[in-house]
Amino acid sequence: MPAGGAGAGNGDREDREDPAMSPTVTDGKLSEVASGDLPFAGEHASRQNATGGPFQTATEIAAGVSKGEFSAREVIEEHLARIAARDGELHAFNEVMSRDALDAADRVDRLVASGEDPGPLAGVPVALKDNLCTRGVPTTCSSRILAGWRPPYDATVVRRVREAGGVIIGKTNMDEFAMGSSTETSAFGPTLNPLDNNRVPGGSSGGSAAAVAAGFASLALGSDTGGSIRQPAAMCGVVGMKPTYGMVSRYGLIAFASSFDQVGPFAQRARDAAMLFEAIAGHDEADSTSLDRPAPSVSSLLGAGVSKLRVGVVSELVDAASADVASRVREAANLLATAGALVDEVSIPMCTYSLSAYYLLAPAEASSNLARYDGVRYGLRVEAPTAEKMTTATRSAGFGDEVKRRIMLGSYALSAGYYDAYYARAQRVRTLILDAFDTAYKRFDVLLAPTSPTTAFEIGSKIDDPLAMYLSDVCTIPSNLAGHPAMSVPFGVGDDGMPVGVQVLAPALAEPVMFQVAVVLEDGAPTAKSRGATASVVPAHAGQGEGTPV
Amino acid sequence: MSANGAGGAADGAGGLAAAISGRGAVGHSGGMPGWEAVIGLEVHCELSTETKLFCGCRNRFGDEPNTSICPVCLGLPGSLPVLNSRAVELAMRIGAALHCEVRPSVFHRKNYFYPDMPKDYQISQYDEPINVGGYLELPDGASVGIVRAHLEEDTGKTTHVGEGGRIAEAEYSLVDYNRAGVPLVEIVSEPDIRSSAQARMYVGELRAVLIATGASDGRMEEGSLRVDANISVRRSGDQELGTRCEVKNLNSLRSLARAVDFEIERQRHVLESGGIVAQETRHWNEATSKTTSLRSKEEAFDYRYFQEPDLVPVIPSEQWQSDVIAGMGPMPAERRIRLARALGAGDGEALDPALYDQVVTAVELGLDVLVLDAIQLGADPKTALSRSVNEIAANIASVSRLSAVSFERLVTLERSGKLSATQAKAVLSEMLARGGDPVQIAQEKGFEALESDQLADAVKDVIDSRPEEWKRFTAGDEKVVQFLVGQVMKATRGKADGKAVVAELERLLAISQAPRAEVQQS
Repeated sequence: MPAGGAGAGNGDREDREDPAMSPTVTDGKLSEVASGDLPFAGEHASRQNATGGPFQTATEIAAGVSKGEFSAREVIEEHLARIAARDGELHAFNEVMSRDALDAADRVDRLVASGEDPGPLAGVPVALKDNLCTRGVPTTCSSRILAGWRPPYDATVVRRVREAGGVIIGKTNMDEFAMGSSTETSAFGPTLNPLDNNRVPGGSSGGSAAAVAAGFASLALGSDTGGSIRQPAAMCGVVGMKPTYGMVSRYGLIAFASSFDQVGPFAQRARDAAMLFEAIAGHDEADSTSLDRPAPSVSSLLGAGVSKLRVGVVSELVDAASADVASRVREAANLLATAGALVDEVSIPMCTYSLSAYYLLAPAEASSNLARYDGVRYGLRVEAPTAEKMTTATRSAGFGDEVKRRIMLGSYALSAGYYDAYYARAQRVRTLILDAFDTAYKRFDVLLAPTSPTTAFEIGSKIDDPLAMYLSDVCTIPSNLAGHPAMSVPFGVGDDGMPVGVQVLAPALAEPVMFQVAVVLEDGAPTAKSRGATASVVPAHAGQGEGTPV
Repeated sequence: MSANGAGGAADGAGGLAAAISGRGAVGHSGGMPGWEAVIGLEVHCELSTETKLFCGCRNRFGDEPNTSICPVCLGLPGSLPVLNSRAVELAMRIGAALHCEVRPSVFHRKNYFYPDMPKDYQISQYDEPINVGGYLELPDGASVGIVRAHLEEDTGKTTHVGEGGRIAEAEYSLVDYNRAGVPLVEIVSEPDIRSSAQARMYVGELRAVLIATGASDGRMEEGSLRVDANISVRRSGDQELGTRCEVKNLNSLRSLARAVDFEIERQRHVLESGGIVAQETRHWNEATSKTTSLRSKEEAFDYRYFQEPDLVPVIPSEQWQSDVIAGMGPMPAERRIRLARALGAGDGEALDPALYDQVVTAVELGLDVLVLDAIQLGADPKTALSRSVNEIAANIASVSRLSAVSFERLVTLERSGKLSATQAKAVLSEMLARGGDPVQIAQEKGFEALESDQLADAVKDVIDSRPEEWKRFTAGDEKVVQFLVGQVMKATRGKADGKAVVAELERLLAISQAPRAEVQQS
């Protein structure tokens, strides 16, 4: 089992071994039907995705379930079947919550049957990064030290997804404690890129990105500390969005670096991401850093176009990318210009210090956030004669190399005699980067940049070279330092045929305009055959923009 | 807000406090000629909030272990702190009472591993605390500077179990997290204290202030107040401070005084024998009455402080601050002045030292309001004060049965001679035991039925008719008391109260032995 030691004795695992079991046993209507060949598949053939199944987008599922066109149970069974068929190979999930998901789907169906509003995410399967607490369900951060730990509470975002009618389908694999850019630091083994199984899905939310790309879930939540939503979204050819810091509650998100972490959505399309963002955003009194203001409505502006919007292409970030990725960004800029935007280049030299500042500040916070895994109260305990030795043995055995590396980096940066030279200086750099963005946003409404400097790289190619791996986040980190929103939209492919993500950056609270731009990019994105997939990575949406046929 | 206004007012009052106390500050150099001790205290005060500092769990002493806990105070992964505004209010009250400046403040993380600390960091205030730069006026008129009074969370409580010859592996520790996350204010004094007596007085006064602000119940035995002492010694007249040691585990005023005395002696001995005092943290062992080294300066933790990213800065509005301070009653120093004035002090007039001690005690016990109210109603100030710090203090738990009105009537009965001092005490004791009106109680006891002068006459008659027995009584023969009482009872046909008769006999005895004292008394 990919989940390794995570979660002892959960019946859900057995469900994964036999995908057809649930439909056959619990729903007579489907009893004759093999997985993947459901009766309504033909009706939705136009929306088939890479996996060949129906129910591609969240908005369509929510609409169909709400109108009673099909049941939430049918939707969930279909997705569970896909997971059963293919996740053994991909390992997007640490835990598939089959029973919980089917129960939740039935609740949605009962609401629909009784004429009640099932919520905007009615029946939509949502995957959760395994650092979001789920009551009673193992939440591991893909770390041995938390293997089997079952939180006694739900994260605020999890509760909000449920309240919106979404169906939580499972917990996705990730880099251990979200420290990594490839999902290879997971203690339970890497996730494979659904588009090319020799490549990484990106990270740290690689499992969530892969789950959406593979059609295992219509939507997923990830967390983005230095690019952990956007970079894997780009590498897997899906949309990934990091909200303004404070827009989405962190309560129940297991902390990596508290002043950077934000929860955000993955989806096949920007409008679906918008739907999930609206469901989870908004003030939460359990999170003191949560903004005390209503979440902005982004859906209402999705079709507004980009006419007269001022778009700046960040030259330092384009320069950091490989030639093919840089070309896609320029093409995206041209597309926006054609659509009426006022596009110009902008230089933000401070951006080049982002990576250095980030790798002092984020590990510093992490070194403190991860102190609590001491073997005393929960999670792994390696017995030893004294409390101190027990804690040492537990942490030595429980954390992987990358986590240990960052704890040491962070402890060092905060130590007496080094604090001023490292931590304090990095904080000043952070302030300067924020100032530089504020200056840029006086001239521009949004900025454009690559998401990842390269397309998805091969598994194993960077795992032994931390600096090379860290450079994978060079284009995404500036937004985390600034606390600004940013999102990645698939835009064509690289020379290797793997998807390229273009990043839209916006000032604080400007999610609406960011989505406005994303939709235009998405609708106008070039499509191309991707490697290892049987259909388009990015479906063209007929009748909108410059959609190119497959 | 700035506490400057309050501070200025108190400065004036402070001068008066020194003037009315009628005595100088506590002596410091006693027993240690040529040397001076320099002491600064850190007092941790648990705040009397309903809930903990960062979560909704009950803040209560004595619950079953690990019953007042939740994901937040257990530091479970993903949980986040939310600041309790009541704790901020109480911290601001403490700041105002100590004449501090209340400032915008931020929380930091103090990082170190310990099993009873759920997150393995403590959320505390570091270089931007909520209260800075105040002082505390002591009853003896001395003023101790306050460096800061900041908010922080308490840790859990560890009980080490297992001893008696078993190997180390057999020992274990139990942790109770009920206390984890309880709000604390740490009050750090300047090194202005010079003796164990003054240290004791400082903590006693601070405790009274904390109770008066409503911030604390002041129960040291329950750990509501915990004290660390920073102690150094130097040659008298030296300007430079000696190397200090921090002494922990001081759980009572008595421990504090003993540990300070021990540590002063220890350091003086080290210095006198030509050694150097090592900067270290030391542990007071109550059983052995010694301090022992806990860790050296080199072994001190590097706490790797940094700003707590899960909380936002605390910036109390002017309105909030003034609302919070408006709800506060007067502090002990001011209350002492009021009471002393009611007893005739002020305008350069100092109180008799013994009388001032009674003032201090009355305020300490919270009896000053009762005494002042009774004086307001017409009670004799000195009698009211004396009865309060003696008879009422002895039965302080029952003070709620006593109204200012009935207390004034009692004092006036005594003052007017209708009750003797002893009778008054007996009546007061009854009032405290079951409440009621002093006249009625006196009647029940036969004091009023037999007017005190009638009783006195009857006793006088018996003494005059029994000179032999009286002589034996004055010589200390206790066996004769019952005989004399019996004679008085017979003469009054049982109307006299036995205790009152004894009291009258003792009064006459006192007169015969110290006639001048009697003249003063009535």
